Amino acid sequence: MKQFFAFVKKEFFHIWRDKRTLFILLGMPITQIIIFGFALTNEVKNTKMAILDFSKDASSSQLIQKMSVSKYFDATTVLANYLEVEPLFKKGKIKMVMVIPQQFANDLQHGNQAHIQLICDGSDPNVANTLSTYATVIIKDFQNEIIKEQKLPYRIETDIRMLYNPELKGAYSFVPGVMALILMLTSAMMTSIAIVKEKEMGTMEIILVSPLKSFGVVIAKAVPYMLLSMVNVATILLLSVYVLEVPIRGSLLLLLSEGLLFTITSLALGLLISSVTDSQQVAMLISLMGLFLPTTVLSGYMFPIENMPLPLQIMSNLVPAKWFYFIVKTIMIKGLGIQHVWKETLILVGMTVVLFGISIKKFKTRLS
Amino acid sequence: MQAVIVEHIVKKYQVEKSEVIALKDVSFEVAKGELFGVVGPDGSGKTSLFRVLTTLLFADSGAAKIDGYDVVKDYKIIRKKLGYMPGRFSLYQDLSVEENLTFFATIFNTTIEENYDLIKEIYQQIEPFKKRRAGMLSGGMKQKLALCCALIHKPSVLILDEPTTGVDAVSRKEFWEMLQRFKRQDITILVSTPYMDEASMCDRVALLQNGQILAIDKPANINQQFSHPLWAVQASNMYELLKKLKDWQAVYSCYSFGEFYHVVMKLDATGGKEIQAYLSEQGFQNVEVKQIAANIEDSFMALMNTTHD
Repeated sequence: MKQFFAFVKKEFFHIWRDKRTLFILLGMPITQIIIFGFALTNEVKNTKMAILDFSKDASSSQLIQKMSVSKYFDATTVLANYLEVEPLFKKGKIKMVMVIPQQFANDLQHGNQAHIQLICDGSDPNVANTLSTYATVIIKDFQNEIIKEQKLPYRIETDIRMLYNPELKGAYSFVPGVMALILMLTSAMMTSIAIVKEKEMGTMEIILVSPLKSFGVVIAKAVPYMLLSMVNVATILLLSVYVLEVPIRGSLLLLLSEGLLFTITSLALGLLISSVTDSQQVAMLISLMGLFLPTTVLSGYMFPIENMPLPLQIMSNLVPAKWFYFIVKTIMIKGLGIQHVWKETLILVGMTVVLFGISIKKFKTRLS
Repeated sequence: MQAVIVEHIVKKYQVEKSEVIALKDVSFEVAKGELFGVVGPDGSGKTSLFRVLTTLLFADSGAAKIDGYDVVKDYKIIRKKLGYMPGRFSLYQDLSVEENLTFFATIFNTTIEENYDLIKEIYQQIEPFKKRRAGMLSGGMKQKLALCCALIHKPSVLILDEPTTGVDAVSRKEFWEMLQRFKRQDITILVSTPYMDEASMCDRVALLQNGQILAIDKPANINQQFSHPLWAVQASNMYELLKKLKDWQAVYSCYSFGEFYHVVMKLDATGGKEIQAYLSEQGFQNVEVKQIAANIEDSFMALMNTTHD
């Protein structure tokens, strides 16, 4: 046991003295949360749009007014004719143009039917879709106000309620995602590099020719990174609660234990990588290609898994981050308890046991 | 009981589909408390041999025992009894001198205090720098620290792979004096070196070349195996001299040694005067020829030549 702690202590010295890596490790969750929270967002907020109003009557200015007071659009650019539309899009100055034809008020009041044209930038389909939907909702709202007095014979109103995330905040889905990503990176990549470094520096040769058991070496290597990862979990949770205002609806204790479980899964993956590689570069490449990509792409937090082709859907089951992402979302956002995530938890436990088993078996007690 | 027994060890490597034999049927024994040297040029198989003995590599065939324990079967016991210093500096560069030593003491289940008397003499030399990181030490200091770390658990067998490579002449001499002192502590020492001159510091040496042992004996006995008169030759134009000597029919072998060429004639009867006369006749100036006693390097060269023939 004393040997074990000496090894852990030594490992802490390595981490502590490599200030640059330590800084990256602890700074990564902060920058990730800030980047995802404020820069990389696909929420529509204050989108620049232009107005091409041929009608210039009371109704049209009312509609424009309504458009620009909404928090989604910033309708400040006013155009005079169609020729101005394309250059603006080409410059990327605006994302949408609303065209109001002549006699808008007249058509609306007497013809019972008026048209509005929305021109969107289709080069970014997701944003274009969202924008046109939002604009349509605002226009519909405007229409409802006008016809308030009149009773239409048949009408179906759809009332939409977004459960768990009424404001449709992106943060609700990326906080669990970032958590999975960061834990995967710090735990798996750093442990694999740490072990391979001993091989590269030749210190492994002496460690092997010592009474230390391979099991002890492997665990001692992993312990400091486990603690570091828990610090990262705490940072992410604090930032998401106090900066991004994402609530933790479920049990904090359960959330932290699941975080610990996923950290151990990632550590096991890192150990496995280190046991099959001999250089730090290779370990890093494998970690990046083999862990980072599947974690971002196949965990479901960037792209919905349901939309993927079947082979990818099946493959995604092998990605631990997918299960962890689901667990965190369920506990943190939906506020549900262990009875709703026990299956996913068991899958993670199973993966961890298998990975640890393989990596301890693969840990070489000799040089070749 | 013999401390180290090596029996018919063969070690092969696969290098890009072709097979390289690093050790060809190597056998020897080392007595308890002996300082045993393995001397050979780079690539002769020294490191492979030591890695087999330190349980780091499997031999393809043959057996080896350390203190009576088999290196394959009983590797766990051997790893407790062995002190090993690899050829490359293999300590933690970002830990201080003291931290390295404490770490290695702890993983071998001991403390610095417990075996301090063993390492005291060496450690005192690096103690002023004990707070310094190992990576910042000079070559000689690093090596002393590595030796301390290998000795801290009072191993019964100490295996040192090229401990003096890259170390200055004064430190090398000191190092060998230290090894002599450990012998008195009943520690068996196996040390490899590419430097022939260090061989004479060992109790016995094995000359290793291309994975084969050419000779095992006391250094003095190995020198006695050199049975021909040996001549040291010098002249003003050394480059021309080597060419002429190699072309001369009467010369058996000729190689450079410091500022002289060491020459062995085909006939022992050929004397220094004849060599001198021949070279002067060839137009060399300031020719100097003297008979010398063979040292271990000459013996090694001679042994190498006989195996080549």
